[in-house]
Amino acid sequence: MFSHAEGKIELLTGNEIVVRAALAAGANAFFGYPITPTTEILQGWAQEAKDNKGLIYLQTEDEPAAGFGLLGAALGGKKAWTTTAGAGHLLMQDAVVVAEAMRIPFVAYIGQRGGPSTGTVIYSQQELSIARDGGNGEGFRMVLGPSNLQELYELMIKSFDIAWRYRLPVFVLGDGYLSKMTGEVELKKSATTCPAKPIVQNGKKVVNLRNCYSLEDEIATVIKEELKDFGKIAKEIEMSEALNCSDAEVVVFAWGTVGSAAREAVRKLRKEGKKVGLFRPITLKPFGATRAKQAVRKAHSILIAESAFGKFGRLVTESLFGLEGLKVERLYKPAEGILSEEIEDRLRGMLDGA
Amino acid sequence: MEPRMPKCYKKESKPSSFCPGCGHSLTLKNLGFVMDEMKIADSTVFATDIGCSLLAWDFFDVDTVQAHHGRVTAMAAGLKRALPKSVVLAYMGDGGGYAIGLHHLIGAARRNDPITVILVNNTLYAMTGGQMAPTTFKGENTSSSPEGAFADEEPLLGPEFLRPVCHKEAFLARTSVDNPFELKKYLKEAIETQKKGNFSFVEVLSYCPVNWKTDARGTMDFMDHLKEIYKIGVIE
Repeated sequence: MFSHAEGKIELLTGNEIVVRAALAAGANAFFGYPITPTTEILQGWAQEAKDNKGLIYLQTEDEPAAGFGLLGAALGGKKAWTTTAGAGHLLMQDAVVVAEAMRIPFVAYIGQRGGPSTGTVIYSQQELSIARDGGNGEGFRMVLGPSNLQELYELMIKSFDIAWRYRLPVFVLGDGYLSKMTGEVELKKSATTCPAKPIVQNGKKVVNLRNCYSLEDEIATVIKEELKDFGKIAKEIEMSEALNCSDAEVVVFAWGTVGSAAREAVRKLRKEGKKVGLFRPITLKPFGATRAKQAVRKAHSILIAESAFGKFGRLVTESLFGLEGLKVERLYKPAEGILSEEIEDRLRGMLDGA
Repeated sequence: MEPRMPKCYKKESKPSSFCPGCGHSLTLKNLGFVMDEMKIADSTVFATDIGCSLLAWDFFDVDTVQAHHGRVTAMAAGLKRALPKSVVLAYMGDGGGYAIGLHHLIGAARRNDPITVILVNNTLYAMTGGQMAPTTFKGENTSSSPEGAFADEEPLLGPEFLRPVCHKEAFLARTSVDNPFELKKYLKEAIETQKKGNFSFVEVLSYCPVNWKTDARGTMDFMDHLKEIYKIGVIE
């Protein structure tokens, strides 16, 4: 450990980084239920709360209780958050749709693990669809996908800012690899995020919040307003990485941990003068369709790489719909890691085949 | 002369959305009087569940929020941790509390969360059309009972069930909507218990003439029968 101009660099696991980021963002309430691969986050917060009585901590009876406890604390003005994975992520959606309906800030770190059902406890990218659209409504939530430990730290901090600035649920969608790997991360001395204010007991006026409506047109009006608002917010927070795309003949589309492998493959091939690029959405919701289209302006082919069977791929092809003559190849490995060499080999084949 | 109503009533939302003869209106009216008397309307968060209780989302000029079925206890646990100086009321029915949300009740009771749970027991799922609940008594006719007609299981006695896992200073009681004096007394005692830092729980035996398919006389008789099954009083 040594001092750094911006902050300090420490060697930490992903799960430790998540706790540090939450503290840096001013989080002061955590409700959770143990599940691999995110349990160390709950334990880490428990340790912090033991020494700091200003931090609320509750290990609940299940994930819905964690989610609803979080909602209660957020209504009371606490920067509350949780973490879960896999089947727990599924149960957590119960509370997330209430956050959408009553516009309650909600932050959750998800450590994706293999599915269906309890699958493996290790790794996957299969929870993208339920993070994006896992509810019974229109999916008024934001989803951020970090590709490495530094980005995990930064996006966790950002998630609290987005949640409180816009009163929305925000998922930071990590995975088992990211949670369990150890690496260097530069921690900030301080982070400025949108402050939390009580929604109920706000000292101003009485608040009656509801999640149930009697009439079709009554709820339709509310949804239309929300959609308009959501579109505006989406423009403000949309983020993506476009690496070497301006002249790329082949562009690889990847996100999260696979995005890191793809970046390595692209850098290596560029050194050989191969015209390849990477498009990596950092916000999976909103998905930057316009930027994705720009990234393939010079491309004849794209490669979609993900540790799931087309959950990300469908988003990509939908966003590129209408581009004629673009060849699409897929490297889908559900619940299995993808090495940069595999991506590199596929890209080489696509360049040669052109 | 205007009828006497609680000061914390939200007048714009009256008449309320509850069915004629429903016990919720009576329970809430008396809760309103208690909030007035204790001068806590400004410092209370009233949280409702799913089922008929959700119709109370704008019943009071009191901060009100909603949860999903059975989850209001978990939400109340979070509210109280964030707002320790406020009075937190979790309002639900017997289906929400004793079926889908029973483990949340057990969790809050075991932790001695200083919240007040008010559970309105009409022995069935009323909002969805009178299905069997954990409170349906043996022989009661519901729309979803085994064999299509009568329940054949013993009903769950909620406060008695919770008592062994509660702190000794926790307050648990059962009362009924046809005894407003006792209802108010217990609600007051429950809120006092919360203020002293302990869990409190009041089950209210309540009317549902629509699903009981009873007239006025039949509703009273049904309630008398309920009191034979469900013991009224403080549960020690």
